[in-house]
Amino acid sequence: MSEPVAEELLDVTITVNGVPHHARVPARRLLSDFLRHDLGLTGTHVGCEHGVCGACTVLVDDEPMRSCLMFAVTAQAHRITTVEGLGTIDAMRPVQRAFTECHGLQCGFCTPGFVTTITAYLEENPDPTAEEAREAISGNLCRCTGYQNIVKSVLRAAELRRKEANDQ
Amino acid sequence: MTTSMFGAPVARREDPRLVTGNGRFLDDLGHDALAAAFVRSPHAHARIVDIDVTDALDVDGLVGIWTHEDLPGRVGEPLPLLIPHPTLTHGRTAYALAKDEVNHVGEPIVLVIARDRYVAEDVAQLIRVEYDFLTPVVGIEMARDATDLVHDDVPDNVSAHMFQEVGDVDAAMAAAPRTLELDLSIERSACMPMEGKGVYARWDDENGELRLYSSTQTSTGVRAAVAAKLDLPLAKVECIAPDVGGGFGVKINHPWPEEVLIPWAARLLDQPVKWVEDRREHFTSSAHERGQLQTVKVGFDDEGRILALDVKLWHDNGAYTPYGIIVPIITSTQLLGPYKPGAYRVEFWSLYTNTVLVTPYRGAGRPQGCFAMERTVDAIADELGLDRTEVRSRNFILPSEMPYDHGLLFQDGRPLRYDSGDFPASLDKLKALVGWDDFAAYRAEAEAAGRKVGLGIGCYVEGTGVGPYEGGHIQVETSGRVNVSTGLTSQGQGHETVFAQIVANELGVPIEDVHVTTGDTRRMPYAVGTFASRAAVMSGNAIALAARTVRAKALRIAADALEVSADDLEIVDGDIRVKGAPGTHMSLGTVSVMSNPLRYAFDEAAKAATQFAGSNDPSKPPVADDDEPGLEGKDFYSPTQATFANGMHAAIVETDPVTAEIRILRYCVVHDCGPMINPMIVEGQVHGGVAQGVGGALYERMVYDESGQLLNASFMDFLMPYASEVPVIETDHLETPSPLNPLGIKGAGEAGCIPVSAVIASAIEDAEGFPIRSMPISPVELWELRQRHAAGDWPSLRRPRHTSSSPTDTQEDR
Repeated sequence: MSEPVAEELLDVTITVNGVPHHARVPARRLLSDFLRHDLGLTGTHVGCEHGVCGACTVLVDDEPMRSCLMFAVTAQAHRITTVEGLGTIDAMRPVQRAFTECHGLQCGFCTPGFVTTITAYLEENPDPTAEEAREAISGNLCRCTGYQNIVKSVLRAAELRRKEANDQ
Repeated sequence: MTTSMFGAPVARREDPRLVTGNGRFLDDLGHDALAAAFVRSPHAHARIVDIDVTDALDVDGLVGIWTHEDLPGRVGEPLPLLIPHPTLTHGRTAYALAKDEVNHVGEPIVLVIARDRYVAEDVAQLIRVEYDFLTPVVGIEMARDATDLVHDDVPDNVSAHMFQEVGDVDAAMAAAPRTLELDLSIERSACMPMEGKGVYARWDDENGELRLYSSTQTSTGVRAAVAAKLDLPLAKVECIAPDVGGGFGVKINHPWPEEVLIPWAARLLDQPVKWVEDRREHFTSSAHERGQLQTVKVGFDDEGRILALDVKLWHDNGAYTPYGIIVPIITSTQLLGPYKPGAYRVEFWSLYTNTVLVTPYRGAGRPQGCFAMERTVDAIADELGLDRTEVRSRNFILPSEMPYDHGLLFQDGRPLRYDSGDFPASLDKLKALVGWDDFAAYRAEAEAAGRKVGLGIGCYVEGTGVGPYEGGHIQVETSGRVNVSTGLTSQGQGHETVFAQIVANELGVPIEDVHVTTGDTRRMPYAVGTFASRAAVMSGNAIALAARTVRAKALRIAADALEVSADDLEIVDGDIRVKGAPGTHMSLGTVSVMSNPLRYAFDEAAKAATQFAGSNDPSKPPVADDDEPGLEGKDFYSPTQATFANGMHAAIVETDPVTAEIRILRYCVVHDCGPMINPMIVEGQVHGGVAQGVGGALYERMVYDESGQLLNASFMDFLMPYASEVPVIETDHLETPSPLNPLGIKGAGEAGCIPVSAVIASAIEDAEGFPIRSMPISPVELWELRQRHAAGDWPSLRRPRHTSSSPTDTQEDR
């Protein structure tokens, strides 16, 4: 029996929701675990650990990415946005408001991944058809809603965004 | 606002926190906890010869390693058999950590606890287990053959053999003008909540108390089981279900091995410990459902009336039976749906296999029963050349026959007696919704364009709201805040909202003032759990009764203070006022102050209740002999039997003439769960149920190879539907009240998924012109059936295909 060898820790600085965070993490620390357990940003959920379900989707330089498939160390050069950075209980953003208006969630576990995905999508296509909205969410799994009200939420969010833009 | 709360599509109270990342799921708690991982069996059936941990001891961050022989007392005994039944003669349960033998891939053998999960997994990988292989029993046929046994001491692999008969089936069958026989099968599927299971335990050594969080459907059940296993007084154990990321049945079984081991280790180490199930563990170590083989013999007359129904079921219960035989009991009783056969006999064998254990999955045996019954009714219609809805109508139990007693025992040990329902009205609504009578023209048009389309139907009845009971506790604070608690748990059903609606309605307060807590044994220690579409019926009624108690007390106190009769008072928006004279009033918060005579004033409002504040009657005690301080009330609802909801679905499918790809063009649902507390939430439950049903009909199956390896234990390979696979669901509702409970409501949670396999099979059969006897069905399987049909070794349907007009275009955003 040899002496246990401690794992090497690396200094990282990662900008999450506009705030730089310094930490010492092992090279294998997943971005999802880093966000959840090192930063306490538990809104990002992990459903399958291999990039299929989309619950862990965060925005990397505004593009949706699976945080369970990224290492924290590789996130250093990028801006990370999690669901917590997309609105608060007292100031919900259009996608979040749309989900609450359209019953777009039930257990809510997959919802943060949908919120990030749809937020990025509406930047790209601010006025989708129902068919396009369905296509846009078809990389995320939800076991509760049957997706119908999520499609509705996408359309409603687009509407709310336009309203918001007009009001400004 | 307050009086219209019940029945309104009120926005959910739980949503703002969940859409902003402020939910609190199991793994969102306990960041300071040690992490657990397990060495699980890679073999389906083997004896454990040796466990060698030598290499694992070098890993930095390791805290401890435990095997079965390390487990003391009851922790090392088999897990409880939760629902015993006289016919479950050979019930078997697992150990928390395998003792000597493993019976399925994924069975836990070694517990590892380390600094974090990464390290715990490293350690688990370095532990070597030596096995002696035994023959794995995989699949119902092999279990039924019983050449090899799962458990040495269980003859023929049969855990339970059950038989029920109503009427004289042999005589009725012999006398029937016509008979048919069907061989049917349904494959395995599973709940697959997006959040797996998880347990987090904190031991408070100073007070000898355990606080336990579990992603469970029953916190009271887990609490009692853990207290018993750890030999702790119930008073020293609390269990809380935090936000739970879906359940669908798998989280009602308890205690899971981890629910015993994690608290045990937390106490032993005097440190918080957490285990969060990963997806692969969920596939191989939680539970599955659905797998059954069925034979049906039916005798009927020339009008299609069922005179005799003789059903045999072989149910795959996996390696162990901790949840008893609830699933096959439900299949065997709920199979009857809305129909009344002249005589009925059902016999089932629940069989062990070396696969993951089987416990209820949304629908809980009903989808299998519905499949058997609906295939049978379609076969009768085909045999007689009758419209499929006509045969259904002729066998319906009529509203005038309610309550209707089938003469069978249901899953709760009580009579299978339908309380209400209007099946002919439901069918009329469904036919109108899908355009049943116009389908021939639509088909003709499609066929002219070289397309194959088919129309299918399925009907079901669902016993919901089974007992034994649930409770509700309501307390009004001096601020007017209304605290409501019920013991059953929530996994996304919107309980915080619907229970608040009930209280707002009963008590006459703004819904914003109502705050609901579920699944916390500190707040309501008496509860059963969330399953069997029972939460709204059970806790909803208990909470309504509790609210009525609080209301009566509030009116009594206010009547006294305002010197009027309680009958002259009403409560509007949290204000108690004299009817017709709203100037004379007091707030519910003030009544709360007055209900609790105080010695000490803690704030301005409290001053009014202190001893020198008002006109005390010195001849009476501050709290009357038969009264209690505080504006609160508690009540329980315990029904004599289940209440029966029902529904009917229809679908139009298109099958590709070349590739046999199957596409659902339309999906229509008529659903009757009595008066809806929140139609938006009911609709959401239906959508989600149908989506799971579609998965079970076309995509999901557990692929075991002959050695008992689950080949598709990941989301990459187990095909849960994405948005691209789920059709737009069109719904209509009937609201037939239940005479059984104060609110007249029925359960809605499971309904959506029950008939989907039956409906899709019916529609594919209609499109293809040959019978579908096995579900789920993939394009490959359909293609192979076509080949067999073309070669003459798979029969044709007999009826001239009922053809018929255009379904309206599907629209997402109506």
